[in-house]
Amino acid sequence: MTRLSAVFALLLVLSGLSLVSSQYRARQLFIDLDRAQIAARKLDVEWRTLQIDQTNYSKHSLIETAAERDLKMQKPSQRRIEYITLPEHGTTPIEAKTPVKTDDAKAGP
Amino acid sequence: MKSVRFHASPVLAVKLPAWRSRAVLCLLFVAFLALLLRAIYLQAFSTRYLQGQGEQRYMVTLETAATRGKITDRNGDVLASSIPAYSIGVEIEDLDATPAELADVARLLEMPLADVKKKIADPVRRFVYLKRQVPPLAAQAIGKLGIPGVRQMKEFHREYPQGEMMAHVVGYTNVDDTGQEGIELAWQKSLAGLDGSRRVIRNRLNQPIEDVASIRAPHDGTDLTLSVDSRLQYLAFTELKKAVDFHHAKAGAIVVLDVRTGEVLALANLPTYDPNDRRKLTGEQLRNRVLTDTYEPGSTLKPFTIALALERGVVKPDTVMQTAPGKFTIGPNTISDTHNHGAITVEEVIKLSSNIGTAKIALKMQPQDMWEMYTAVGLGQAPKWGFPGAVAGRVRPFKSWRPIEQATMSYGYGLSVSLIQIARAYTMFARDGEIVPLTFFRTDATAASPYVKGTQVIPVAIAREMRHMLEMAAGPGGTAPKAQVMGYRVAGKTGTAHKVGVHGTYDGNRYVGSFVGFAPVSNPRIVVAVMIDEPSNGIHYGGDVAAPVFSAVVGGVLRTLNVEPDSPIKSLIIPNDSPKETL
Repeated sequence: MTRLSAVFALLLVLSGLSLVSSQYRARQLFIDLDRAQIAARKLDVEWRTLQIDQTNYSKHSLIETAAERDLKMQKPSQRRIEYITLPEHGTTPIEAKTPVKTDDAKAGP
Repeated sequence: MKSVRFHASPVLAVKLPAWRSRAVLCLLFVAFLALLLRAIYLQAFSTRYLQGQGEQRYMVTLETAATRGKITDRNGDVLASSIPAYSIGVEIEDLDATPAELADVARLLEMPLADVKKKIADPVRRFVYLKRQVPPLAAQAIGKLGIPGVRQMKEFHREYPQGEMMAHVVGYTNVDDTGQEGIELAWQKSLAGLDGSRRVIRNRLNQPIEDVASIRAPHDGTDLTLSVDSRLQYLAFTELKKAVDFHHAKAGAIVVLDVRTGEVLALANLPTYDPNDRRKLTGEQLRNRVLTDTYEPGSTLKPFTIALALERGVVKPDTVMQTAPGKFTIGPNTISDTHNHGAITVEEVIKLSSNIGTAKIALKMQPQDMWEMYTAVGLGQAPKWGFPGAVAGRVRPFKSWRPIEQATMSYGYGLSVSLIQIARAYTMFARDGEIVPLTFFRTDATAASPYVKGTQVIPVAIAREMRHMLEMAAGPGGTAPKAQVMGYRVAGKTGTAHKVGVHGTYDGNRYVGSFVGFAPVSNPRIVVAVMIDEPSNGIHYGGDVAAPVFSAVVGGVLRTLNVEPDSPIKSLIIPNDSPKETL
C-alpha cells in the first residue's frame, strides 16, 4: 500500500513538472509567434513601400522622357510600321516585306 | 533544572475571577472567527473584483490597427496604398525642452521654429499636434531625442504614385484616412477595414506570452482592382493635355470604355490636381467632367434619333430628305444648317450632320417614342455604378415638349447628359444594339465568353446600319475625317454645342467640342468619348478639336491592347474643307 502511494506521489510530481515545462514551452512559442507576426507586418509595410517605388520608377511619363531625351528615341509613326501576318502555326513565318520608303523614314536618326 | 514553583510567588498567587480567562478565550475565538469570515468573504464573494485587480497587473489589451486596402489598376500597378506614418503632438503641461531641442524638433519636422513655438504657446488646449503624417524615419529621430511631453501616435499615410493622372478616378483620403472623393469615398467602408483588439498576458519583459481572448479580430481593408489600365490612362491623359493646351481650352475630359465588358479603361479630366499635395486645391480642379458635370451633347445625339426612326420604319437609310434652303421654320423658331445641303439621304444626314434633316425625321415621330429611346440608353437616368456625385443628366418629360423642342432635342439641344452617359449609350451601336452596364472594377471575362450581358435596345440590323453611317461620318467627306486612325476602321460622331451663358441664352463664342466613337468597326472593342470645353484658339468644331484626340487615343489603345488592324495601312485622306456641322 505504501509502495503504491509512493509510486503515485512520484507520478504526481513528474506530471506537475511536465506541466510547468510545457507551459513554459507554450509561452516561448507564443513569443516566437508574436515576433514572427510583427516581422510579417514589417515585411508587409516594406512590400507596400517597394510597390509604390516600383510604380514611381515605372511611370510612363518617366520612361517616355528618358527614352526621348536621354536615349534619343522616337515613336514610330504608323507609316514606318510594317505589319506582318503570320501564317498558320508550324510553318515558317514569311519574310517581312521591305519597309515602305517614305519621307518619314528619312527623318529618323 | 529545578522547577520554579510559581504559585509560591505571592504576586501570582493572586486569585482572579474565573470569567476573565474565559473572556480572553472568547475574544480570541471571536477574532479568529472574524478572520475566517473575512477569508470566506474574500475567497467566495468578492472574487471578481480581486481577480480583476490581479489581471490588471499582467493582462493588457492590444489594439491592432487595420491597414486600408490598396487600390490597383487592372494590371496590378498601385494607384493608392497606405504606409505607416506618425503624428507628433505635445502635452503642453508636461513639455520640458531646451531651445536647442526645440530647434532639433523643428528641423526634423521640416517646419519653421517659429511655428513650433507658436503651437506650444497655445493658451487653451493642453494637447496640440505639431505635425501629422510624419514619415517613420523622422518620427524615430524625434523619439530618440527623448523630450518629455512629446507624444507620437501611429497613423497611416496614403500614397498616390500615379498622382494627377488618376486623381479623378481614385480620389483621395483626408488625414484621418477617410475617403473624400472618387473610389476612396465610394468604397470607404470596404477599403477602411476594421481595427482589432485582443487581450494578452504579459511577462515582466512586457512581451505578450498568452492570448486570453480575441475581443475583435482585425480585418484589413479589402484591396480593390479597378478596371482602369494605367498605360491607357497615360495615353488618354497626355493626348487630352496636348489638345487642351493647344486649343487654350478651359477644360477637357475623356473616357475610354471596353465595349465587350462595360469596363471603364481610362477616365481623365483637365484641369486636375495632385492627390499627394492638396494645399492649393480649387473646385475647378476637383470637378469630374466625365461623371459629375453635364453638358448639352449637341450632334452626338443625332444617331439615336435616326436609329429610332429606322427601327420604327419612319425612314430607310436611302430615304431622301429635303434640307434646302438650309433653313427650316417650326412655329416662331427657325433652325438652320451651315450649308444648304439640298436633298440628301438619311445616311448623309448623319455623315454631314444636318440639323434640318434630323429635325424633319424627328417630327415624324411621337415625343414619347423619342423620350423612351433616350431613357432606354440611360440618358436622364440615375447612374447605378455607385460613383460619388455621378449625375443623371436631364431629359424633360415628353408631355411638356413643344414641337420646336422635339426638333432641337433630336440633335442634342435642350437636354443635358454627362460624358460617360453618352459614351455608354454608344455601346448600343458598337454592340449590335445592346447597351452594357458600366463598371469601375475589373471583370474577369474569359477568352471563351468575353462579352458581358447587356440590354437589347435596337435590333441587330439597325445597329449595323448605324455603324456604317457613323463610319461614313468619321471618314473622308464626313464631319470628322481627323478621327481616322491608320490601320483601323473607326466610326463616330462629332458634336459642337454653344454654351449657355450667364443670361440663360446661348453664348456666341463659347463652345463645347466633342467626339464620341468606337473602333475597330469590323469588331468594336472600345468606345472613346472626348470633350473639349471652351476651346479659344480660333477653332471650335468637334471635328477639329476633339476628333484628333480620339484618333490618337484609339490608335494607341488598340495597339496596346494588341487588336489586329482591320483596314489596310495607307495614308489617310483628310480633306482641307470637311463639312462643318451646324450649331
